[in-house]
Amino acid sequence: MPAGTLYRGREGMWSWVAHRVTGVLIFFFLFAHVLDTALVRVSPEAYDQTIDIYKNPVVNIMEYGLVGAILFHALNGLRIIAVDFWEKGPRYQKQMFWAVCGTWVVLMLGSFYWVLEHTLRQIFGS
Amino acid sequence: MSSTIENAPKIYGGGPSIEAPRSKRSPRSTKTNFELYSWLFMRLSGILLVVLVLGHLIIQLVIDGGVSRIGFAFVAGRWASPFWQTWDLIMLWLAELHGVNGLRTIINDYAERDQSRFWLKTLLYASALIVLFTGTLVIFTFDPNIGQ
Repeated sequence: MPAGTLYRGREGMWSWVAHRVTGVLIFFFLFAHVLDTALVRVSPEAYDQTIDIYKNPVVNIMEYGLVGAILFHALNGLRIIAVDFWEKGPRYQKQMFWAVCGTWVVLMLGSFYWVLEHTLRQIFGS
Repeated sequence: MSSTIENAPKIYGGGPSIEAPRSKRSPRSTKTNFELYSWLFMRLSGILLVVLVLGHLIIQLVIDGGVSRIGFAFVAGRWASPFWQTWDLIMLWLAELHGVNGLRTIINDYAERDQSRFWLKTLLYASALIVLFTGTLVIFTFDPNIGQ
């Protein structure tokens, strides 16, 4: 066991780290997102100009990253609830972590085209 | 082994702390059940947010052209319905409170000086007030004819 740390790595620690990192990312996005939506109170033009930023290819790819962060936080959050409330949860926490990762990969592959459709059409035409 | 004790993490005052086993309970920790309710809130709001946020993502980013069709007219169409206004209002409050409580925990974990904790939390709660006030105001006072 390495000195100077209470943690031993593996699924339990890394899921906890990823849960924190994705949570902080989502929190900062929410702050920006409420303010950009508030522009509907200013004028339709101000809102549409700002929302055009979301349609930029680079920002569109960041949206795909946001979807990834939210999906991981949601799936791992359900795992945490299972660990806390299901009597066999702690025993199966590792298996549930890999189930979270597997479901995450499937959902990310499944949403790839739909989330990035706008950018794919811009790059490859219609 | 004395080296184990020397390497033990230092405990700083101010935030929630874990007491040594079988130590006398400090009166402070038994005053309220705030941390218990905060723990329960994270789980209950989390379940609701899975439905609310994933539904929001599917509508905004996946179906029917995704982000391509979002604009003022799209927002006006959705907020014409009290159902989506209520959806967005509940999602706003639950997501912000869930996020603030998460960030509060993170500040308690990593900000070691009392001064840093105080200022980081002040900033956090101020940002939450701005987000909740602005968001709620916008949902309730949205005017589809503002440009005319």
